[in-house]
Amino acid sequence: MLIRNRPDINSNEITDERLFWGRREWLASVGAVVAGLALPDIACAQANETDKLTPYEAVTGYNNFYEFGTDKEDPAANAGTLRPRPWQVVVEGEVKHPATYSFDDLFKGMKPEERVYRMRCVEAWSMVVPWLGHPLKDVIARLEPTSKAKYIEFTTLLDPKQMPGQRRAILDWPYVEGLRMDEAMHPLAILTVGVYGKPLPNQNGAPLRLTVPWKYGFKGGKSIVKIRFTETQPMNTWQRSAPNEYGFYANVNPAVDHPRWSQATERRIGELFRRKTLMFNGYADQVASLYSGMDLRKNF
Amino acid sequence: MTDAQLIRRVIKPGLWVLGLAPLAYLLNRARIGDLGFDPIRTITHFTGRTAITILFITLTVTPLRRLTGWNPLIKVRRLIGNFAFFYALLHFLIYAVFDRELSPVGLGEDIAKRPWITVGFSVFLILLTLAITSPQSMVRRLGGKRWQALHRLIYVAAAGAVLHFTWAQKKDIRLPLIYAAVLAVILGSRLILRPPRAVSGER
Repeated sequence: MLIRNRPDINSNEITDERLFWGRREWLASVGAVVAGLALPDIACAQANETDKLTPYEAVTGYNNFYEFGTDKEDPAANAGTLRPRPWQVVVEGEVKHPATYSFDDLFKGMKPEERVYRMRCVEAWSMVVPWLGHPLKDVIARLEPTSKAKYIEFTTLLDPKQMPGQRRAILDWPYVEGLRMDEAMHPLAILTVGVYGKPLPNQNGAPLRLTVPWKYGFKGGKSIVKIRFTETQPMNTWQRSAPNEYGFYANVNPAVDHPRWSQATERRIGELFRRKTLMFNGYADQVASLYSGMDLRKNF
Repeated sequence: MTDAQLIRRVIKPGLWVLGLAPLAYLLNRARIGDLGFDPIRTITHFTGRTAITILFITLTVTPLRRLTGWNPLIKVRRLIGNFAFFYALLHFLIYAVFDRELSPVGLGEDIAKRPWITVGFSVFLILLTLAITSPQSMVRRLGGKRWQALHRLIYVAAAGAVLHFTWAQKKDIRLPLIYAAVLAVILGSRLILRPPRAVSGER
């Protein structure tokens, strides 16, 4: 392209110093996360070149959370009816400590970590979000699943009083999502409790939600009230709703299109043109091995 | 004021203002930064819905004429129809430029592989054809009968546009269904308000 043939420009001519140091700071935070996970340097390089944090206003103002309405602005407008405290989570199924945990008991003694993740929606838009959360594997370890537990299922609150969108059967409520156990044990998967250093706003799935950055956003069940360990693969809500369009895995994959639209590109919120979608949302180096030998076209 | 003067001096200028109002509204929202977090999506949806709405209004001219018996109304139909095309053109261009960067491969793939885009693009081609053949000179060149047959494609375009709109939804199709119901009423009214059998155009 023409742009590449232009003479080099000194960076101080184009980058405002404040921005430059801001980026340094952000790089350091990404670095900390990456270091904490012992991820390859490549992931860091991939992240810092073109990924800027999506502003807080967009992260908390542009959401898919059908429990509060189907428009992107609906959750921010309507989620005030949700009461995220006190909150309880039922743990059941193939697990040694089935019980009803309070939010505080579930995470007792754990400190949330900041994780800057790309978030790719199945609708082909994306964000970069500084989540605050607990590694799911640490919570699972505490709950001690039995050897029969092959999958884990997350159920969202069912309460049309708190979630007015549930008064219409647009989806089969309550919202259910699931992971294979090895996916759930992956260090990148987190139970998210905050964003931008603050507790999770209602419209983002307060008080706790799932974040699995290499999968399409809908895999991240919100406002979770039940965690169930199972021997059989859970039926997640979108798959139940349209099995030809949404599968169980829902890994971000630019080579496998949605039946109605291309997944090869995405629009980063804040940008006008689309960018290329990365395999496993750019986390291929960390997660591709989970799916070796699998036909990702069939297991979409 | 004669009917012709009323059309030329009052109704047509009024329609120009009304026809450009959605664009002015959109530009003003852009000016004050009120296009939401994904402006391209907002603009795409807005221009698409506006095109369908104006297409519907075009289809109400004939029933309205039969209802009121005021035949000069037919003289404004072309202008309204061309505004529908104008917003369809904006809708297509925004998509082609920002979603496909005018890539012939990308556009071709979408049109060939994705039925809802095939339908949407077909509607666009119909409206383009109707806009090109809309001047009086084209009516004369094609001959009244052939011209009329060609322009009956507007029914296909209207139904296709609603189908395209419905198909574009991820899950919630309430709004497109409302559009479909409105279209059904407009088309149904033609069955009730039959054209006068008399040859005479007198009132």
